[in-house]
Amino acid sequence: MSLPVVEPWLVLSFCSLIFLVGLFGLMVRKNILIILMSIELMLNAVNLTFVTFSRQLSDMGGQMSVFFIITVAAAESAVGLGLVISLYRTLRSVDTDEIQMLRD
Amino acid sequence: MSGMSSLAFFIFAGAALAFSVMTVLRKNPVSSAFSLVMVFFCFAGIYALLGAHLVAALQILVYAGAIMVLFVFVIMLLSSDTPSLDFKRTPPWFKAAAALVVAGLFVVMTHVFRGQAPASAPGPFTPEAIAAAGGNTRVLSELMFSEYILPFELTSVLLLAGIVGAVAIAKRHTKKETPHVASSR
Repeated sequence: MSLPVVEPWLVLSFCSLIFLVGLFGLMVRKNILIILMSIELMLNAVNLTFVTFSRQLSDMGGQMSVFFIITVAAAESAVGLGLVISLYRTLRSVDTDEIQMLRD
Repeated sequence: MSGMSSLAFFIFAGAALAFSVMTVLRKNPVSSAFSLVMVFFCFAGIYALLGAHLVAALQILVYAGAIMVLFVFVIMLLSSDTPSLDFKRTPPWFKAAAALVVAGLFVVMTHVFRGQAPASAPGPFTPEAIAAAGGNTRVLSELMFSEYILPFELTSVLLLAGIVGAVAIAKRHTKKETPHVASSR
C-alpha cells in the first residue's frame, strides 16, 4: 500500500474543498432548504480546519472553538428553518426567486 | 500527523467529498438531506482519527442527530420532497463563473496551506500529554469548566435566544380578531 502520509496540509486542503463545494451550492441553488444545507457543509469544513490546527499546534483552543461553532450552528439552523416555514406560509414556495415582495 | 491511519482518512475524505457533491446537486431535498447525514458521519470519523473524540461524539449527536432531524422534519412539513429543478434556472454563465471562482479559490487555499510555516511555539497539549491527563474528553471538559466557563455560560443564553426566536418566527401570527384581544376591548 503506497498511500501518501496524511500531512496537515492535505487535511486542510480537503477542508477547503468541502467548504468550496458548499459555497458552490450556495451560489447555484435556488431552493432555500438546499442553501441552508450548503451553509451547514461550510460550517463543518471550518470545524475540521479548527480540529486540524488544534492537533497541529497541540492546543485545545481549536476544539473548544468547534464546540461553540456547533452550538451556534444548531441555533442558526433552528432560526433558519423557522424562517423557511414562515416564508412557505407566505409564498407557498421555498424558492428564493419568489422572494420579491419589495420589488412589486 | 504520525499515527493517523492514512487509508481510513482517504476513505472518509473520499466518501465525504462524494456525498457533499450529492448534497449540493441532488434534485430531491430528501436525498440531499440524507447525503448530508453521510457527510456528517464521515466528518465524525475524521475527527476521531485526529484524536478529537468529544468533537466526534458531538458531531454525531448534534449534527447527524438534532440538526438533520430538524431538516427532515421541515422538508416533510412543507411537503416539498418533490424534485425541484431550481438549478436549471440558474444561467449557465453564472454556473460557469461560480465553478471558476471555486476552482481558483481551491488553488489559492491549497497553495497557502501547503506553504505554511511550521508553528513556532506549539502548545502544551501534545497527544502524549492528553493521554497522560486522562484522555481528550477529560482534558476538554476540564478546560470547558475552567478557562472557557464564561463563553460556555453565554452559549446557554444564545441557545435560549435561538429557541425563543425560532418559536416567534415560525409561530402563526394571529390577527386582532382572536377571542382574547376581542374580549379585552
